[in-house]
Amino acid sequence: MSDPNTVLCVDDSRVVRKAARRILERHGFSVREAENGLAALEACRAEMPRLVMLDWNMPVMDGMEFLVALRAEFGPREPLVMLCTTESEFDRIVLALGNGANEYIMKPFDDGIVTGKLVQLGLLEEAEP
Amino acid sequence: MNAEGFASIAALVKARSGIVLTPDKEYMLETRLTPILKAEKIADLDGLALRLRDPRAESLARAVTEALTTNESSFFRDGKPFDHLRRIVPKMLAARPAGHKLRVWSAACSTGQEAYSVAMVLSELGVRHAEIFGTDLSRDVVERAREGVFTQFEVQRGLPVQMMVKYFRQEAARWRAVPELRAMTRFEERNLLSDHRMLGRFDIVFCRNVLIYFDPPTKGRVLNALAAQLAGDGVMYLGGAETVLGLTDRLGALPGERGVYAPAALRAGAA
Ligand SMILES: C[S@@+](CC[C@H](N)C(=O)[O-])C[C@H]1O[C@@H](n2cnc3c(N)ncnc32)[C@H](O)[C@@H]1O
Repeated sequence: MSDPNTVLCVDDSRVVRKAARRILERHGFSVREAENGLAALEACRAEMPRLVMLDWNMPVMDGMEFLVALRAEFGPREPLVMLCTTESEFDRIVLALGNGANEYIMKPFDDGIVTGKLVQLGLLEEAEP
Repeated sequence: MNAEGFASIAALVKARSGIVLTPDKEYMLETRLTPILKAEKIADLDGLALRLRDPRAESLARAVTEALTTNESSFFRDGKPFDHLRRIVPKMLAARPAGHKLRVWSAACSTGQEAYSVAMVLSELGVRHAEIFGTDLSRDVVERAREGVFTQFEVQRGLPVQMMVKYFRQEAARWRAVPELRAMTRFEERNLLSDHRMLGRFDIVFCRNVLIYFDPPTKGRVLNALAAQLAGDGVMYLGGAETVLGLTDRLGALPGERGVYAPAALRAGAA
């Protein structure tokens, strides 16, 4: 079982991790950070988060390599994975979905997009209008 | 700008669209109308108010009104109405003769997200024999809705990624709805305050996040006019901040649902 309340934020940019953290914490998630795919894989082995928010282009191990390794090791269900990347080509998105991503954000993102995607993933209730 | 100038622009916009501009909206006039002042070489808003008194200033009056509409929208906005739609459409079609063409009206459709959301729901349900009719006062948004092209930002708001790759294709930095969706939709310029009787019957009407801009008599008038086009067992969806209470007795809330309304006679019969 994964911790229902944690998000692992994987991005080689500290600024992006901080921006994501701010949005996620406001919704009550506890956030862990990793700066590349390998560190993220180790973090998942240590404790499985509910959601991985995943950049694509990173040194050491990129997001796609991480995703493939993660699904191979832990199966298709856990954790949820949401790409969050400047890669915005149709084929790249389809590739990520084929490799087991559950959601996809094309950067730049804002609070509204992240929050909406969390709702679609079933991690948040629809905000009352 | 002086109070008289503001009042005369506000009166014009209200008469043309129903939109109420309270004096605290003066900043909005400044920001939204500055491009028009520039284009028309008018010095300031008072000058514009004066120009608008001329009955020949029709196209200017129209541009001013359109500039003061708020066109914010997103796919599957508020979620729940579309969940309800998913449940009601099969029931509705079961109660119709075979071959019935389902008619849905997105009244005040803005850039079309609502209409395309409906098209995606119907497509997922396997309903192809349908017409989704989107209308809006603003020519600009109707044109964009018709194109079915959305920015990267817009296409991520409310739209799950699986739906995005299934129903949209990338064109440079933009995303266009697939022909299947566009074939189900039709967009026209139309004022909610006008006579809708020639449009015929709709099974479902969406009128969301537009009545909030109107005063109560206008809300009532529009609700009555829309209700008159609604099938006896049809449903109407309003925005989260909108209601029919005290505005019309032709519609009533469906118990246990949010923002879903039905013709009052049917509710009485069902109760
Ligand atoms: C905030 S948008 C709502 C879009 C969509 N229904 C939604 O809920 O996301 C309001 C729209 O109402 C339109 N509108 C305002 N007054 C109108 C009128 N009298 N007739 C038709 N459309 C009108 C505006 O042009 C604008 O596009």
